[in-house]
Amino acid sequence: MSMTATDSEHVLLDVRDLNVSFDSPDGVVEAVRNVSFKLDQGRTLGIVGESGSGKSVSTQSIVGLVQGARISGQARFDGRDLLMLAQPELRAIRGPGIAMIFQNPMSCLHPLYPVGWQIMEMIRAHQSVSRSQARLRAIELLGQVGIPRPDVRVDDYPHQYSGGMLQRAMIAMAIALNPRVLIADEPTTALDVTVQAQILRLLRHIQEQFGTAIIMITHDLGVVSEIADDVMVMYAGRAMEQASREALLRRPRHPYTQGLLRSRPQADSLGRALTSIPGQPPSLIAGARGCPFQPRCTQAISRCATDMPPLAVLAADGNDPHRSACWLTQAEDAP
Amino acid sequence: MIAYLLRRAAWGALVVWLVATLVFVVYFAVPRDVARLIAGRQASEETLAVVRARLGLDQPLIVQYGRYLGRLTKGDLGESFITQEPVTTIIARDIPVTASLAIGGAALWLLLGISAGVVAAARPRSRIDRAITAVALFFYSMPSFLVGQLLLFFLFFQFYLAGIELFPPGSYVPLSEDPLQWMRFLILPWLTIALVTGAIYARLTRGAMLEALGEDYIRTARAKGLSERRVILRHALRSSLSPVVTQFGIDIGSLLGGAIVTEVVFGLPGLGREVVQAILKQDLPVIIGVTILSSALVVGANLLVDLLHAALDPRVRV
Repeated sequence: MSMTATDSEHVLLDVRDLNVSFDSPDGVVEAVRNVSFKLDQGRTLGIVGESGSGKSVSTQSIVGLVQGARISGQARFDGRDLLMLAQPELRAIRGPGIAMIFQNPMSCLHPLYPVGWQIMEMIRAHQSVSRSQARLRAIELLGQVGIPRPDVRVDDYPHQYSGGMLQRAMIAMAIALNPRVLIADEPTTALDVTVQAQILRLLRHIQEQFGTAIIMITHDLGVVSEIADDVMVMYAGRAMEQASREALLRRPRHPYTQGLLRSRPQADSLGRALTSIPGQPPSLIAGARGCPFQPRCTQAISRCATDMPPLAVLAADGNDPHRSACWLTQAEDAP
Repeated sequence: MIAYLLRRAAWGALVVWLVATLVFVVYFAVPRDVARLIAGRQASEETLAVVRARLGLDQPLIVQYGRYLGRLTKGDLGESFITQEPVTTIIARDIPVTASLAIGGAALWLLLGISAGVVAAARPRSRIDRAITAVALFFYSMPSFLVGQLLLFFLFFQFYLAGIELFPPGSYVPLSEDPLQWMRFLILPWLTIALVTGAIYARLTRGAMLEALGEDYIRTARAKGLSERRVILRHALRSSLSPVVTQFGIDIGSLLGGAIVTEVVFGLPGLGREVVQAILKQDLPVIIGVTILSSALVVGANLLVDLLHAALDPRVRV
């Protein structure tokens, strides 16, 4: 991506060389390694990976939600580097600037407070509005996300909501302060398929209405194809492939992405056996050499075991460079 | 919910009735010459017969039991064998002392225990956490009479030697007369009760807090940009109160026992001291009266705890 002036104007969040590591009894765990991504206004970035790939840690660490970690790199938002900010400044950004929704709505709302109270709390933590004003806003928000009879349901407790309604309520809370970035961390994983589609539609609707930029974290390429504009595929804490949705789904370049696409059930694959990627995700303990996917990769060459390939631009077609961290794809495209 | 409470109240009444029956069996149905106990060893057979007739001891056991229950339902607990005072009068005189001691002690133990647990859980494995855990273990492993003696030694006797009467034992001033003096005489007894039991609550609260702090909704609270103070006090502590209340319901029973020991150690003129003397003098009506009263209090307190549970957790109300 060329760094022209007009370009950087639209970039809301610019993360560079993010590294996150934890101390563990077994050694240093490198949860995120040299990850860079940009999020443009009104766009959706999909971050795809299996559990433990660092996709959640990479977003939670930039807003200060990861405790006890060593974090380095840069995360520019609103002219400031989030990684340099102290907790009070980050707290002021969490909510009005960058809001989040999470995987399991049933456990993400406090079971002992009414849903509306929890939305009001979000509003009143950042704006000096009266209780009754905040309540009216909470009812309005619940209505916006499609909760029926929001003026009644506002006083319900989470256990009186269904899973899909709870995720809607979480979304209502997240958009309460009209944030510029919404981080959705596997928001549909715990929900029924029909509800999943509704939630994705709701998120797209919110984006159209308010111009919110969305980071959609998921392990499901189906979700990516539904909602993302750009995609980053993560594996073992590293970005393996970055491309526009079309480029990535049409012509995945990294063997890991290819494996992910092959292991995804599709309507036309009926009757055919699903392929899976053999092996287990690697340990993240520091010190491993080479490409982390190499042990599971069917196309690995000898170099893969010793050197980690850089995330290199393959084809710079316009504004959407296609990057892949694989020696093979880079050899294919070598001039 | 109301049906549930009514059911609990019925069970409570059954428990009190069982206790009343049990003390009746223990003290009247077993072969023991109550009349001689009252009239004294030198009493003649005629005197004994008069006493028996007056107390109804010459009646068949079932009649005695019926009369006993009848009096109980009217709130009549009989008269002391020793002083001839109605037991209700004795209880009414002593209960402010015991109530002050028990309620104040329980309030202090909840306050000390919960706040120590919260502070410890806010920074797990920190120096303050380790210190609180160590102090809690220290008091947790000590009998309450020893804590009482230690408090007397350090906070009364050492000052007394220096000519300062800081917290003298053996006195009681009603709250209505002088709140400051009331507190002054009760502070060491309160601490005695609070330190031993509060230690359990510190550990319990710390554990419940750590569990709550790992919940998804805590991450949501932080993602909302709430202050850490609010995350801990409004979100994590709120969920940690249910196990504390459950434990409190269990401990209310032992609170009375602790109050008895503490009253004796500090020479407070309460129900505990009264019942110890009554046991030594075989003053049956007093023993029975206090026993039935305490069982009723424990049952009532547990009902209150149930109500508190419903108030704390919307999932319990239905």
